[in-house]
Order: sequence, then C-alpha cells, then structure tokens
Amino acid sequence: MKIVVCVNHVPDTATKVKVGADGKTIDPAGVTYVVNPYDEYAIEEALKTKEKFGGEVVVVSLGGDSNKESIRKALAMGADSAVLLKNDSYRDSMSVAKALAEEIKNQGAEIVFFGKQSVDYDNSITGQITAEMLGYNCITVVVELSIEGDKVIAEREIEGGKEVVETKLPVVITAQKGLNEPRYASLKGIMAAKRKTIEEKDAVQSESFVEVVEMKKPVPKQAGKILGSDASAVPELVRLLREEAKVI
Amino acid sequence: MANKVLAILEQRDGNLKKISLEVSKTASDLAGKLNIEAEAVVIGNEIADLVNVGSYGIKKVTHIKNADLGNYSTSAYTELVSNFIDETGADIILFGNTALGKDLAPHVAVKVNAGIGVDCTNLDVSDGEIIATRPVYAGKALVNIKVNSDKKVFTLRPNVFNAGEPSGETAEVEVKNVDSVNLSIKVTETKKSEGKLDVAEASIIVSGGRGMKGPEHFDIVEELADLLGAAVGASRAAVDAGWRPHSEQVGQTGKTVSPNLYIALGISGAIQHLAGMRSSKYIVAVNKDPDAPIFGVADYGITGDVFEVVPAMIEEIKKIKS
Repeated sequence: MKIVVCVNHVPDTATKVKVGADGKTIDPAGVTYVVNPYDEYAIEEALKTKEKFGGEVVVVSLGGDSNKESIRKALAMGADSAVLLKNDSYRDSMSVAKALAEEIKNQGAEIVFFGKQSVDYDNSITGQITAEMLGYNCITVVVELSIEGDKVIAEREIEGGKEVVETKLPVVITAQKGLNEPRYASLKGIMAAKRKTIEEKDAVQSESFVEVVEMKKPVPKQAGKILGSDASAVPELVRLLREEAKVI
Repeated sequence: MANKVLAILEQRDGNLKKISLEVSKTASDLAGKLNIEAEAVVIGNEIADLVNVGSYGIKKVTHIKNADLGNYSTSAYTELVSNFIDETGADIILFGNTALGKDLAPHVAVKVNAGIGVDCTNLDVSDGEIIATRPVYAGKALVNIKVNSDKKVFTLRPNVFNAGEPSGETAEVEVKNVDSVNLSIKVTETKKSEGKLDVAEASIIVSGGRGMKGPEHFDIVEELADLLGAAVGASRAAVDAGWRPHSEQVGQTGKTVSPNLYIALGISGAIQHLAGMRSSKYIVAVNKDPDAPIFGVADYGITGDVFEVVPAMIEEIKKIKS
C-alpha cells in the first residue's frame, strides 16, 4: 500500500511568540522548530499501517530547507523516502493543500495521514481541503483506526464523546493525540535516515485567498487579587465570584 | 459587493446547539453592517423549535431533511450545503468552529471555491470589507485577516460571539426533503461520554494539574465541577501522566477554551497551558507556589494547598446553593 504522511515543521509549543518586523509573522529569532506534535501521531500511524499491510511510507513536507530536520526525524522513525516541496513565501491552507494534493496524486497514495492541526496557525483544515481536492474520503480528529480491505473504520473525537465513522479507501486521515504512542527513533533508524533520499522540487504555485493584515499580541491580562494563602480566603472568593464576576 | 450571508446551523439529536444561536446572531449583525440579507440552513432529520432562530435575527431558515441526515456525514453534508450555497447565491458563509464545523467548512470551501478563515473571535467591517480576528499559536498571538475571494467562509469560535437576549420573533421555516443522500462517509455510531460536559462547550471549567498529585485526588475536582455545572479539564502534565483523558486537556496540544469561569487547581501555568485558557472571562487559581505563572493571568488567586482550599470551596458553594 502506498502511504503518504504530510509533515509540518513548526515552532515548539514552549516558544514565546514575538511579532516580527513585518508585523504579520512571528520573529523567528531564538525559536526552536520541531515536528508538528500532531504529525508525530500521523507518522506513527503511517508506519503501523505499513507494518500491517506492507508497502511504502513517503513523507511529504512543504517549506524551506529547515523542514529537512523534521523530515529526517520521520525518516529516522522508519519512513522510506521523502519529498520536500520547496516554498519560501506565505501561503494559506488552500494553497498549501493544492501543492500537497498535486504531489499525493503523483505518488498515487491510497491512504494519507496528516496531524489534525499544525500548532502554528491552528487552522486544522489542510487535511480536509487536500482530500476534497483529490476526491478522497476524509475522516478528521481520529483516535482509533482500522482498515480491512478497502473498508476504513475510525473513531473521531467530538464534543462530549466520539463518532464511529465508516468509509472506503482512498482516504485522508487526520490524527489526534491518543491515536497511538509515537515511537522514538532508534540509533539504527537515525543512521539509516542519513542514507534515505529527500527529493526536492518546487511546490506548485497557486493563489492564497487569506491575507494576514496584521499580527499582534493579545492584550495582557492584568494580574488580579491574591485573596489569601489558605482555606480562610474561600468565603471571600465565592462572594467575589457571585457578586463581582457574577459567574456562579 | 457582498450578496448574502448564510448561517450554517448545527443540530445534535434533533436539537439546535448553542453555537447555532451565536452563528445566527453574528450572521444577522454582519448582514446589517453590509446592508444585505442573512438566512440560515440546517441539515438533519426531525429538528425541534427551528422558528426560534428568529429571535436571533434570522428571518428564514431552510431545513434540509432526510431520515439518514440525523447523524453527521462529511460527504452528504458537504454536497447539500455546497448546493444550497449555489442555489441561494450566498457569498459569506458562517459556520461554528465545532467538531462538525471544523470538519465540514473546509470541504465546502473547496467545493464553492471560497477562501476560508477559521476560529474567528471577531468579525468587523471596515470600508465594506470584512476583517476577521483570530488567535494563532494557541492564543499567543492574534492575526487580523482578510479573505480575498468572491465567496468567503468563516468559522466562529464557540462561546465568544454573544447571541444576546432572544427578541421573541420567529423565523419562517422551509423544509426541503431530499430523496437520497451521499453516505460514502457515514457515522455509524455515536459514543457519548456519560453525563460529561466537554471543555470546549462548557461555560465553567474546573481544571486540575500536577499539583493534584495523582488521579485518585481528582474526585474533589469532579465534585466541585458537578456543583458548578462545570466541565472537568486537565493540564498536559496530568494528561501525560495518564491521570486524565486527552479529551480534557486544555492548552496548545489540547483544547483552546474561553469559558466564563476557569478554575485552575494545582496548575502552575506553563506557557502552552496559558495559551489555551487565557481568554477565559474570569480565572481563579489555587496553587501552593506564589510564584506560579498562573497567578499572572488569574483574576482571583489563593496561594494555598489545593487539598485544603478545594474542600472548603465545595462546602462554601454547597452552603450558598442550599
């Protein structure tokens, strides 16, 4: 089975965000970039799928040269090869998806894994858009997956529960935390990753509809009152919540 | 020039969700600012009290109906909503940023060739153009965006847009029965977490962190939450330790929430946690460490032991409830 996993390279969640000089993006100085956390579940599920059905796992990533760090990590975990779709300018999710869809079509993938969202722009739409462009079925926010023949059964997280969803291959799955436990790359895997190829090509150009006009920091919340250091402060707390905040 | 605003409503088990009222009101306000019409559409089987969306500024709501549409289906809903957009000529389309809305809106955007801005916390009109504000990096920054396509899709973060008081007006409901629906992606079962409120939908959240010292001590978190009609949340530390399920995690790799009241118990306030809850209207923190960053965003803080303070809170709230 041909399996594609799309991997994004994003600022670590411990990053303190500063607005950059252009006023539209973050200042990259001092920022550590990592594999998008949700993409780790996607990579793990791609590898498990290959282990079960055989085939090949191809990593596809869109971005600059630095994305190779995250690509190498996916290769070290066990992916077979990778394609870097080179892109250095701003794109909205629609334009990212267009380039990914083009490459997935080239690859002839039957199953495509994404993380459910990137922790930079938090859009959580690229997987769905890519699926729609390809005419593939799509299940998002997946915490459990099983494939039998061309039948796909997944559980997706919804408010206050889960939905069991059934569809057929070809399919795009977006992975949620809880889907699996991502493996650590072994030393052997890390060594092997150095010999695996990363094919580089220019990402297909397309229009971005969404324009960022301005990025700003949220108005800092003012620190409030410390009411005390033990249970004796509780009656005052409850009074304030009722009378001042009016929330209980 | 914009033509028409369409509110995509959402039902579960035949009842409109609260977000649908927020989307209705926002659609009608936006249409007012643009001097155009707003209407609404909802997909489902039997749906109760649809006329009530009239109370939130919607004059007409279309109910696309079939026995197989009670549950969500990505394929069926995408087709039906996209066709409806084409039929009505709507060019500004608003969804709730819910599990359903997040899944559906991007599919529809592709079908109708619209740009899509998600998780908006504000929609403004300036010189006839819509400027949407949305948090990025889990709320560590905000961006103002414009969508430069003829048709535009926006999804609205729940619990942020105020639906306001109902006006008492009623909407015209048109039922459109459809014969067959495309169930190539089909929900076969819905598993509810029994009696539990979800952090993404709750107006009060009581969250526990590493300071709770173990899963067995979350009984007091749950008791306090029950008393307040609140959802139970958890920090990443508590989830990664296996004390609580990931569905309760608040923060950058969990859920981003904006309840009216957020009570943080034994949570120090790592940057990725603060990002996920800092937009809560009121924040209460209880933590032994007076230097914990959580106190930097809390409206009310108690620098004490959660195992003394929380039982006292439970007693005090029981007292005022009785």
